[in-house]
Amino acid sequence: MSFYQKIISLILFAFICTAPLSANESDSHSKKSEVQLNVREFILDHVSDSYEWHITSFNEHEISIPLPVIVYSANSGWHFFLSSAFHHEKVHEGLFIAKEGEHKGKIVELNSAGKEVRPFDISITKITASMILSSILLIIIIMSVVRNYKTGDYQPKKGFVGFMEMFIMNINDDVIKPCIGPKYRRYAPYLLTVFFFIFINNLMGLIPIFPGGANVTGNIAITFVLAVITFLIVNIKGSKEYWKEILWPDVPLWLKAPVPLMPVIELVGIFTKPFALMIRLFANILAGHSIVLGLTCLVFVTVSLGEAINTSMTLISVIFSVFIDIVELLVAYIQAYIFTMLSAVFIGLARVEPHHK
Amino acid sequence: MSLLLPESGLLFWMLLSFGIVVFILAKYGFPVIIKMVEERKQYIEESLFVAQKAHDELNNIKSESEIIMNNARKEQVRIMSEAAQTRDQLISEAKDKANIEAQKLIDDARKQIQAEKEEAIRDIRRQVADLSVDIAEKVLREKLDRKEEQMNMINRLIDEINVSKS
Repeated sequence: MSFYQKIISLILFAFICTAPLSANESDSHSKKSEVQLNVREFILDHVSDSYEWHITSFNEHEISIPLPVIVYSANSGWHFFLSSAFHHEKVHEGLFIAKEGEHKGKIVELNSAGKEVRPFDISITKITASMILSSILLIIIIMSVVRNYKTGDYQPKKGFVGFMEMFIMNINDDVIKPCIGPKYRRYAPYLLTVFFFIFINNLMGLIPIFPGGANVTGNIAITFVLAVITFLIVNIKGSKEYWKEILWPDVPLWLKAPVPLMPVIELVGIFTKPFALMIRLFANILAGHSIVLGLTCLVFVTVSLGEAINTSMTLISVIFSVFIDIVELLVAYIQAYIFTMLSAVFIGLARVEPHHK
Repeated sequence: MSLLLPESGLLFWMLLSFGIVVFILAKYGFPVIIKMVEERKQYIEESLFVAQKAHDELNNIKSESEIIMNNARKEQVRIMSEAAQTRDQLISEAKDKANIEAQKLIDDARKQIQAEKEEAIRDIRRQVADLSVDIAEKVLREKLDRKEEQMNMINRLIDEINVSKS
């Protein structure tokens, strides 16, 4: 295959990839004037969570996978049903999806005062489902690799197993080992899990059709949990020296004695580190999704500007989408890498030994 | 703003599924791979070390065997030359001995011949003497038949004695 053929097939591939989005958008095609207004909502709708896994629209027909709704309401108890019950804005068992207001897009119920309130909601949403799917996929992949190592011989592995071995050992030896230091072995499995969890979710998010496409690692709840776990490990496993450096650092006395200036700064630092982890991953992936969606929307936004502009913008949109998708592939790796590396660095910093003077 | 607020449901599911993933992978997944790879690394290092050692030993053996071969070759040359020397010596000794023996035999033969020759000569002499005495007796007997002749003889003899005495 020549280079140009590759490029052409790549562009065709991009067309195919963006096709579901265009199909999705086609129903708003008729309301041309509203298109420009809708872009923001369209993007926000796609990067945020939903109760069903929307696949595409076909002939005004919504094709989506209904997901289980699990809700506990203070006045009506537990509810379990499929989200298809909400189709066509139906109210099911007193619950419905809010169309506007502060709970827009979430399941709400009306309380005695007639106000929309949110029940305790642990529904399997699109992001949850996608995350569980990726988790299962990850477990299958890693365990299938592990199975190859139980033979007990020292034969070098080939193919995918060899690739995964290289990948895992690369993260283990070049990221975790140098960042944590001599006692890295205890943290390596957790950090490797974090790396591959983020990486596979990032990659799944890049697939625009059904099994992927959910904005998992671009959701703050996901990165929040990851950051909290890192925070807990860092601070629980912190050495004496680590706490001493926070509460009574090696600075001139006036910086810590009457007004504990440095300790306060250090204490804030404890929280800013995982906070930065959380926001970095969340913002990067969210931004990636938004850019790809925005570029795709370019096609539909320019419809009202005439055929010539629309065609050229379509071409530009596809080329840029391909470019951004490739960048996002890189970002998917880099963000997983950075999250793992910084977690390892923080763990390493919390295990400082007293300086020998 | 809703994007920045973590959903309780998502938090719950994330905690649960991530917890399960971590439990499975951090317990049965990655440690197995890391352990195996590290064991293999060690195994390879050891194998390399052993191979290096074997290689060194082989080299040692090679050089040793070369030394032994050289020595053997030298020894061989030495033994060969010694053997040749001994052989030559033996041959020359044998020759000498043979020569001496032959010489001795010749000498003996010569001596014997000489002795026999002398014996023969002596024998001949004796016979010649006997013969000459016989002849002289016969001659004297014939000559001394007459008296004057006898007197002549006696005189001459006395003269001769006198001459020899004086």
